[in-house]
Formats: sequence, C-alpha cells, structure tokens
Amino acid sequence: MNDHPEHQAHHEEEHHIVSPKVYLAIVAALLVGTGLTVIAAQIEMGVLNPIVALGIAVIKATLVVLFFMHVKYSTKLTKLTVGAGLFTFLALIGMTLADYISRAWGRW
Amino acid sequence: MSDSPAIAQAAEHHEHPPYQRHHFETVAQQFDAANFAMWLFLLTEIMFFGGLFMAYLLYRNWYFHAFVAGSHQLSLLWGTLNTTVLITSSFTMAMGVWCAEMRKKGGLVLCLVLTFVLGLVFLGIKTIEYTEKIEKHHVPGFHYSVKSFVDPASDKEATEAHDKPLAPDMAQKTEVYFFLYFAMTGMHALHMIIGICILGYMIFRAQAGAYTTGHVTFVENFGLYWHFVDIIWIFLFPLLYLIARFPA
Amino acid sequence: MSSTVVALPDQSTARIPKVNYLSKENGLLSWLLTGDHKRIAILYLISITFFFFIGGAMAGLIRLELLTPQSDLMATDTYNKVFTMHGVIMVFLFLVPSVPATIGNFLIPLMVGAKDLALPKVNLLSWYLYVFAGIMVLYTMISGGVDTGWTFTTPLSTHYLNTHVLSTGIAIFIAGFSSIFTGLNFIVTIHKMRAPGMTWFRLPLFVWSHYAASILMVLGTPVLAIAIVLVALERVFGIGVFDPTRGGDPLLFQHLFWFYSHPAVYIMILPGMGVISEVVSTFSRKRVFGYTAVAFSSVAIAVFGFFVWEHHMFIMGVSNYSTLVFSLLTMLVAVPSAIKIFNWSFTLYRGSLTFETPMLYAFGFMGLFTIGGLTGVFLGSTGTDIHFTETYFIVAHFHFVMVGGMLMAFLAGVHFWWPKMTGRMYPEKISQLAAVVTFIGFNFTFFPQFILGMLGMPRRYAAYPPEFQILNVFSTAGASILGVGYLLPILYLTWSLKYGEIAGNNPWQATGLEWQIQSPPLTENFPEIPIMDHEAYDYEWLERQQQREAQSVG
Repeated sequence: MNDHPEHQAHHEEEHHIVSPKVYLAIVAALLVGTGLTVIAAQIEMGVLNPIVALGIAVIKATLVVLFFMHVKYSTKLTKLTVGAGLFTFLALIGMTLADYISRAWGRW
Repeated sequence: MSDSPAIAQAAEHHEHPPYQRHHFETVAQQFDAANFAMWLFLLTEIMFFGGLFMAYLLYRNWYFHAFVAGSHQLSLLWGTLNTTVLITSSFTMAMGVWCAEMRKKGGLVLCLVLTFVLGLVFLGIKTIEYTEKIEKHHVPGFHYSVKSFVDPASDKEATEAHDKPLAPDMAQKTEVYFFLYFAMTGMHALHMIIGICILGYMIFRAQAGAYTTGHVTFVENFGLYWHFVDIIWIFLFPLLYLIARFPA
Repeated sequence: MSSTVVALPDQSTARIPKVNYLSKENGLLSWLLTGDHKRIAILYLISITFFFFIGGAMAGLIRLELLTPQSDLMATDTYNKVFTMHGVIMVFLFLVPSVPATIGNFLIPLMVGAKDLALPKVNLLSWYLYVFAGIMVLYTMISGGVDTGWTFTTPLSTHYLNTHVLSTGIAIFIAGFSSIFTGLNFIVTIHKMRAPGMTWFRLPLFVWSHYAASILMVLGTPVLAIAIVLVALERVFGIGVFDPTRGGDPLLFQHLFWFYSHPAVYIMILPGMGVISEVVSTFSRKRVFGYTAVAFSSVAIAVFGFFVWEHHMFIMGVSNYSTLVFSLLTMLVAVPSAIKIFNWSFTLYRGSLTFETPMLYAFGFMGLFTIGGLTGVFLGSTGTDIHFTETYFIVAHFHFVMVGGMLMAFLAGVHFWWPKMTGRMYPEKISQLAAVVTFIGFNFTFFPQFILGMLGMPRRYAAYPPEFQILNVFSTAGASILGVGYLLPILYLTWSLKYGEIAGNNPWQATGLEWQIQSPPLTENFPEIPIMDHEAYDYEWLERQQQREAQSVG
C-alpha cells in the first residue's frame, strides 16, 4: 500500500493523472472563449447578448471544473457534490426570482 | 473501502507514512477525505457568492440602463487582460499539481511561482482599475458622483463617449451597479489575496520538497480553491464588463 | 430479552475504567488544544449550557415584563433589546449547535466506527469560532445590546437604528462558520470513514439525521453570511443595496436571510429527531419501524427545506403568485416530518416500553412537536398566516417545535448518552421529576400563547391591551415552573459526575457501536476498528452477544 510505482497515482480510487496536453488544450479553449465573449459583447443581439455571454461563461466554467479540477476523472461522489452545489445555487436564484418576476403581474 | 484484515494489520503495526494521521486507516482514505472536504468548502463559497449574484440579477433587471452606463465605465482592455492573466494562472496551477504528482520538485516550484506572479499581476491591474474609479468618484458611499452619467460629454476618459445622458433617477442607480462591482470584485480580490498568501507559503514548502514525496493533498486541494476563484471571475467578467458594449 | 432496560454492573466492584479520554491527559492545554472529538463535545456542552442560561435569563426578563400590560419593568427600547438577545443567543448560540456540536461530535465517529472525525483540527477551530462568537455577543450585550429582533429585518436594521447591529452581525457570521465546519466534518466522516461492513443502511438513524442537517449547514449558512455582509456594508458605507430611496430592495435581505433561516430550523430539529429515533427504539426494545422511510425522510426534509423560505415573508410585500407557490411547497415539507412521527408511533406499538428519563423526554417531544408542527400548517397557509403572523401564535408555534421539540430532544440525548460520556448514571427519580416538571411548565408557558395570538396580541410588544393580561400571567407562571425544570438537570448532572452510579458499557442494553465499548470511551474510541456485521437496532444480535458474554465469563 505504501510502495506504489511512481507513475501511478497515490490513491486507489482514481489512478488518472491528467496530462499537460489536456491542460494546454483547455487553456487554449478558455482563451478563445474569452476572445469570443468580448467580440460577442460588441455585436448587438438584443436579448441574446446576455444569453450568449452567460453561455460562453458556463462553457468555460465547465471546462475548468471538468479538467482543471479533475471532476471528469473523479468519483461519483465528487460529481454529485458539484451537482448539489449547482442545484442549491439555482434554487436560491430561481425561487427568489419567482417573487421578483411575478410582482408586476398585477392584482388578482 | 479497503478490506478489513489489511486495515486492522496496518493499524496495529503502524505501517504508515509520517504524514498519515492516526485516525485514518490508509493514506488513500486521508486523501479522499481531504479532497471531499475541500469540495464541500467550495460549495459554501458557491452559496456565499450566490447571494451577490442574486443581488446582481435583480438590480441589473430593474436598472438595466444604469448598468449599461456603469459597465461602459470599466476598461475593456484591463478586464480582458485580467481574465487572460487569471486563466493562465489556472493553467500554471494545474501544471503545478501535475508536477507534484510526477514528483518534479523544480517544475512544481516554477509553476507555483508563476501562479503567484500572475496572481499579483491580477491584483495590480485591479488596483489600477480601482484607482481610476476612486478618482472619478464612482465609489458608493464616498462622495459618489453621477456627473459622468448625467453629462457623458464631461467625462474625458470615457471609452464610450457615445453614451446618451441618463435621467437623474436612473443615473443615481449607477451607484447600485458600482456597489455590486466593488462588492463582487472586492470579495473576489479578497479570495485572491488569501490564495496568494497560501501560495507564498506553499512555494517555501515546495522548495523544501514537502509536496513531491507522494503527499500532494495540499497542492491538489489548493488547486481546487484557485480554480474556483478563477471560475468566479469567468462569470464576473461578462456580467460586469460586457454589458451592451456596442460600438456607436 | 429482559423487559427492564437498565443493566448496571455490580456497584460494589464496578469502577470507571482507568484509561479513558477524560483521564488520558491532564491540564488546561490538553483540553484547549485537543483534537479528540469527545473532548471537543464536552467543551461545546459547557459553553452551550452557559449561553443557554443567559438566553434563559433574557426569557425570564421578557416574561416578567409581560406580567403587566404596561411597559413598566423596562423601557420599550430595552425590551426590544432583551427579546433580540434572547432570540440571537437561543437560535445561534444554543439551538443550532446544541445536538450536533455536543452529542453529534461525541457520537458520530463512535456510531460509524471511526477513531475520530475526519478533520479534528477543523473541529477544534469550530469550537473556537463558537466561543469567539459568544464573546462578541456578550460584548454586544454589555455595550448596550441590539434591538432589531433576531431577524435583522431591513431597512430597520440598516437605516433606522443605532444599536450594535454590526457587532451582532459579526458574531453571527463567525458562529455561522463554526456551524459550517461542524457540518462539513460530519459529511466527510460519514462518507469516508465508516467501518468495514457499515453500509449506509446499517447506520443508526441518528447519523442519517445529522447527515441531512449537515448538508443544510454547509449549503445554507453561507447565504446568511453574505446577507450579514451586505447589512454591514449598508450600515458602514451606505451603499444603498437595501435602501428603497436609492433603488435597493429591503426584501432582498429577507430573501437571503430566510434562505438560510428556514433550513436553519431543520438544522435545529433534525439532530433532535435523530436522538428521538435512538431513544424510542431503545426504550421500546424494538427496531425503528420503517428505517428506510425515516432515513429518506431526513434527507427529504433537508431538500424540501430549501424551497419554502418565503413563508416567513408572506406579509412583507412579496408577490401573491409567489406566496401561492411557497405555500404549496410548505404543505409538502410537513409530510416527511409527519412520516417520522408515524414511524416512531409504530415503533412504540407492541414494543416493550419502559419510562426512563430519556423516554419521558421523547414522549414529550412527540406530543409537543406534533402540536407545534400542526400549527405550522395554519401558518403555511397564506390566508390564515396573514392573521397569525407577527402575533403570539407564531411565538407559540416556534417555541412548541423548538423548546417542546428540540430542547426536549437535546435533554433526552444528554440523559441517554450521559452514561457513555461520563461513565456514570444520572439519578433516575429526580430526573424523571424534572422531565415532568419541564413538560408541565412548558405547556403552561406556551399554550396560552396560541390563544393570545388568535386573540390578536402582537409579538415583540412590551405593552399590550389589558384584556390579554390573564393569559400572560398564566404564561409567566408556567415559565417559572419551566425554569425549575431546566435548573434541576444542571444540579443533578453535576452531582452525578462524582456520586452517580457506575454505568458500565451498556446500561441501556442498546444496540449501536457506541454501546459496545467502555464508558467513558478510550481516546481512540476502538482498540481496533470494528467490523459491522448486523443491521441497525438488531436486538436479536444484542441478545446473542449478551449470551455469548455470559457464557464466556460464566
């Protein structure tokens, strides 16, 4: 248990060490995404502007989470944990919005 | 979980590395526990920033024109540069974790130093931006001035001088935008400062070889924190800097 | 299986085990720098008790003031400060950490078969944060108090008061992190440090309850933190986030505050429900009916609990459509709690019941929590809530669930595990008396408050119309009885530390890993990690175990 070969990971559940090639690809994608979002912000698309901006941000964040933070290679528990955080965050936003969106709907 | 007789044996004969705490049966268990704990801590950070994102969502909806005008006061150049700096620092941090896993001490120290420097560059740029804001009296609660919004022509440094003047009540709402700007980037910067301090400590320890003997928990978990801070900025950048940046 | 539960070793020869977590090291530093979850639990127990009595003193002052319709005992401003401190201390410094930080800290590693919690240093940090928060609250009290009510409603707390909102906010912020670290520790421990064979569905229901409560602590408390930060920024810098004249919305604070504070009530009650599961099972000599249902209902309460917070804001100016949604969801969240009550009742049915003190408290819990919970249904329905909210009906409702429910569960737990924690039994007769006195005092104190609320007496008022006086006098009389009921345990539990009977490993003949080791436990809990090979609440296994022991000694 204490003399794992050096090229293997130090823990039993995940033996995966992400290679620098993957990291390079991801950082390139992130920088491209940054450029895209700056360009997109300068094109008038009406209601699509915030959607595109948030969409690109979500994709970038997903890349960071999956690859830089190794979630793609992690246990189900880690993935569930990330999901739980997202779920609760969305509950906060969504349910609070339920109030603010419907305030102007007029008396009933 | 590992099989029980092995656990009982290992526990009895103390066949564990010096960095394994006594309440853990195996190093794997300790690493897993620490990793999971770090993720849970990041969940608390998601919810903490979540409150600020909620406030942003609400007030951007209510005072869109003020938010547009406020956003145009931010420098697209500095913002994009900072985003690039932070993303690169995330890359160097991930490479640092790889170096630790591959037991390359020199590589690890280099990556940590690069991350550290990039973090400082980020904060430096932030300082420049904040100074600009202070000089233009765009800090809520400190002699806030709506002059740039009520009379855009008077604003010599404005990058988008084609903005139409805002009505006084909407111009006052730019203070809400700037409060969110300072609260969100300020909270983010606070997390960066904490991260940079820990990085400084880690560089010393890495130089002493603490992380390249197989015990990478600290580096890996700090990496999670650093990437999380990067993710927050990935959202802050478009939300604060990129509101309706249409050319005239 | 014998029908009497208590099985103590022969008192003439019994001794407290020489080596245990209390005797292992001596000196103040060994306590203040400990990583041992059991010692930290004891540190918490002492500090929580201290703050409970300060909060209780505030309650005493409230009830004294309310003896007369006029605001004659203290100025109305002072009265505001007194009920605020009562709320802040009781909620944040007592109820939230009560079972998890004391009994949970002590027992979770024992129940899962681990040697300690996953992060012992974080556990100690959690206690220090609690103490620091407590000191800040004391500082606030001494320097003049805060009078916003424990709910810090904006814009009152941000714009209209000059009391110590900031220091109280900081205290609660820090207490929040104490809570987060406790919950985080529990989740990691329960996931990663269960003994071999200890599958999720062999865990005691106490662990399930704490798991659910810990999820709430980790995910909910940070939102309270940001709400407090925003109030602080508003007060210090005048940024306008909650100021209607500057475009802010005061309700945003309430959304953020209650997003935590509603799950907070489940953080408070779930661990207590865990205690009740253990106590009801042990003193019925029966496994808990519907283990899976109770386990899942704990998690369901946690999940649903995140979706109902607006029911604290029905009259605050939120949209009617959102009140519809949240009202419906509130009705749903009552279901898992009811499931638990049903399951405990079915556990009792045809069980072999005995009425030791923990069981008396458990009975009190089941009755009073049910009443409190049912009155919650009136409050969850928007139409009736409009009339009941901000009256004494609400005050009675939450005291029934929190004091009649949670505090009774806490006392049940302290009594149930006292032998394990100290190695000694508490004196049974006087403790049963205290439980009965508490029950009677509680009902006299809080039942009249339901009626007062229905009659229209507002909460947080020092002066009230004279027609409400008789019920208030009743309530205060009850409070004095209740006070006696809470004072007695302090006295006899302290007495028992020196003079209580030696308990032995398993005085209750209970199942559960914690009862298979010595009382008090060793610092490392288990000489070797146990292997779990039986289901939870397996009394047949226990009986076979006892027969084996009898034979091997024999």
